[in-house]
Amino acid sequence: MTATVSDRRPPAVPERTPVLEIENLSVDYGYDDDPAHVLRGVSLTLHRGEVLGLAGESGCGKSTLAYAATRLLPPPGLVTGGRVMFTDRDGSRSDVLALSDAELRAARWQDVAIVFQGAMNSLNPVFRVGRQIADGIRAHRSVGRREALDRAAELLEMVGISPDRLRDYPHQLSGGMRQRVMIAMALALEPQVLLMDEPTTALDVVMQRQIVEQIAELRERLGFAVVFITHDVSLLIEMADRIAIMYAGEIVEDAPAREIYQRPRHPYSSALLHSFPPLRGARRELSGIPGAPPNMAHLPTGCPFVPRCPHAADACRAGRPTLGPTAFAEAGRSVACTLHDGAREVPQELAQR
Amino acid sequence: MTDVSAPSPVPGRTPAARPEVGSPAPLVLSAVGLRKHFPVRGMRTSAVVHAVDDVDLDLHRGEVVALVGESGSGKSTIARVLAHLMPATGGEIRLHGEPVVARRRRDFRRYVHRVQMIFQDPFASLNPIHPVRYTLSRSLRLHRGRMPRDEHERALHELLARVQLTPPELYVDKYPHELSGGQRQRVAIARALAADPEVLLADEPISMLDVSIRLGILNLLRDLRDRLDIAILYITHDIASARYFADRTVVLYAGRVVESGDSESVTQDPKHPYTQLLIGSAPDPDDLQARARGARGEAPSLVTPPPGCRFHPRCPFAVELCRTAVPPLTEVASGRRAACWGYPGDDADVPDGLARPTLGSMLDTYGARPGREEGADR
Repeated sequence: MTATVSDRRPPAVPERTPVLEIENLSVDYGYDDDPAHVLRGVSLTLHRGEVLGLAGESGCGKSTLAYAATRLLPPPGLVTGGRVMFTDRDGSRSDVLALSDAELRAARWQDVAIVFQGAMNSLNPVFRVGRQIADGIRAHRSVGRREALDRAAELLEMVGISPDRLRDYPHQLSGGMRQRVMIAMALALEPQVLLMDEPTTALDVVMQRQIVEQIAELRERLGFAVVFITHDVSLLIEMADRIAIMYAGEIVEDAPAREIYQRPRHPYSSALLHSFPPLRGARRELSGIPGAPPNMAHLPTGCPFVPRCPHAADACRAGRPTLGPTAFAEAGRSVACTLHDGAREVPQELAQR
Repeated sequence: MTDVSAPSPVPGRTPAARPEVGSPAPLVLSAVGLRKHFPVRGMRTSAVVHAVDDVDLDLHRGEVVALVGESGSGKSTIARVLAHLMPATGGEIRLHGEPVVARRRRDFRRYVHRVQMIFQDPFASLNPIHPVRYTLSRSLRLHRGRMPRDEHERALHELLARVQLTPPELYVDKYPHELSGGQRQRVAIARALAADPEVLLADEPISMLDVSIRLGILNLLRDLRDRLDIAILYITHDIASARYFADRTVVLYAGRVVESGDSESVTQDPKHPYTQLLIGSAPDPDDLQARARGARGEAPSLVTPPPGCRFHPRCPFAVELCRTAVPPLTEVASGRRAACWGYPGDDADVPDGLARPTLGSMLDTYGARPGREEGADR
């Protein structure tokens, strides 16, 4: 394990209580002698009531992180190390990865709920949506069918769907409505953490905005924390409090959303932000990022971004950079790049103050 | 250019100068009143899905036209009908002004030789059991005929170099699974170029690719437009990429064109309320205030599309006229056309006794979060 961060973590911003702490989580895919290391010592803290954005290209491990942290990783995925500490409302802490089956079953959905990628297709087509929501409630609470359905009606209303849709089958709802049913279902037990894996990717921008607003509004009202996974960085900057950028199974930058947008510190964050053509402002030539995302089965030694990085130097090839403070020692920010070690001058585009 | 029987090899075509403003480049492919209805599967029903209705579209040489719309708006259907992958229900497709009906195999091949399509998913559009060499050779042989081996090899390498897969030797014997998504899409583009087409129909060519390599593909297509003078139809749901890449933008809503014009003015000064909503909904970290918040509603069912303007159930400015009569696509500014009754036009179109709506700002209307109405989502 090369990536340890605990000793170099920047000073935490006070008066925030963590609810989910992922520490040094590592995941391999494949059981043979040569597995792909898709998560390599990832550490991430989610605070109560915070929206944390997780951004990166496909295959960078952002979904794997969410599934590993909830023990939903399907084979051949294997958690090879790390802890996932969950802090309950009363302050008691437990390691999700060490829970027994019964404890896990009780904790799932109740503490941490997930809205899956392509949630529109994760509803059961042969049951009415009301029953599907009620089933989830009845699995955790000892309530009658009637009561559970009443609660389901409440939940639908909360996400802006008329309660008489309870008796509809999923195919009778539009894509946006199905997505909202999934959100309603995830909120049924008032979880403290909501993981959303690309919840709006399959939707149109107008619908996406409606869903995103809905989530923001519900979070304000109910106070849960959100991990929002997407590749759409511009959307994250708008809705997230903090953004963690992932590349090749590692977090390369972790900072407040506006900060990362205005002052990216990692070359990959900066390049990713410039991969989206702007809708307003000057039209200029953009190039995207040269090369292709790395093959996780054969990662180069050193920083995995080296082949695509305009600032790569010998130091980058020598060892894998770990997440640490930026060259400007900004509070609440960390970056994994040798440029911030102090040995080299930070290039101008990454040094905006 | 109209001679189909004697294709010139790709490198032989001399790129014409970019058309000056005011002297439009020659029209290559156009759709006039294009209509596509799909029958609804089921018993005892004659219902149809009105996927595309009365769409006019012009593709000029060396010009990129973006077709923007949400899923289900009919943009891919238009591409497939234009590519003759499915017959149109009504309307005409014209190549250089001549109506094309490619019923027979030979006609189809002749048409496809000039109008090529690039599909959305490069993981599905390349045959996984054949190497790049086979995929490209087949297209070369079909469209340019047999040629001596060294010439064929040279053509292969030229194609790969054209899509920036260099050095070609490195890629020509690779299988699709050995290539990344972006490289695969480049092979798919090379396969289309092997036909030496005049028109490329690109159906969401970047939406399956990683965000960091999308711009590379768009820049490549733009480079091809400039060097080979190809007309490109770029289909997308991302209006920001249309602004970046396309010369003209056509906005579709529920199977009808609602607005068209040059990309910059369509995105900076949208005229149709739907386009305004679309622009106002796109995430833009630079301007968090200009957001269309609180918008409600969804695209209508296309089996029973709303009468009149198809956007009227969601439009905050809709009046009786919008609910009864289909607004014509009229000129609302220089080079700009919009299908909205809110803009002055020929009053002969307006049925008696009905008044035109007064448009306001979409942002003002949706700027504040309105209280949710009962059943507003139905």
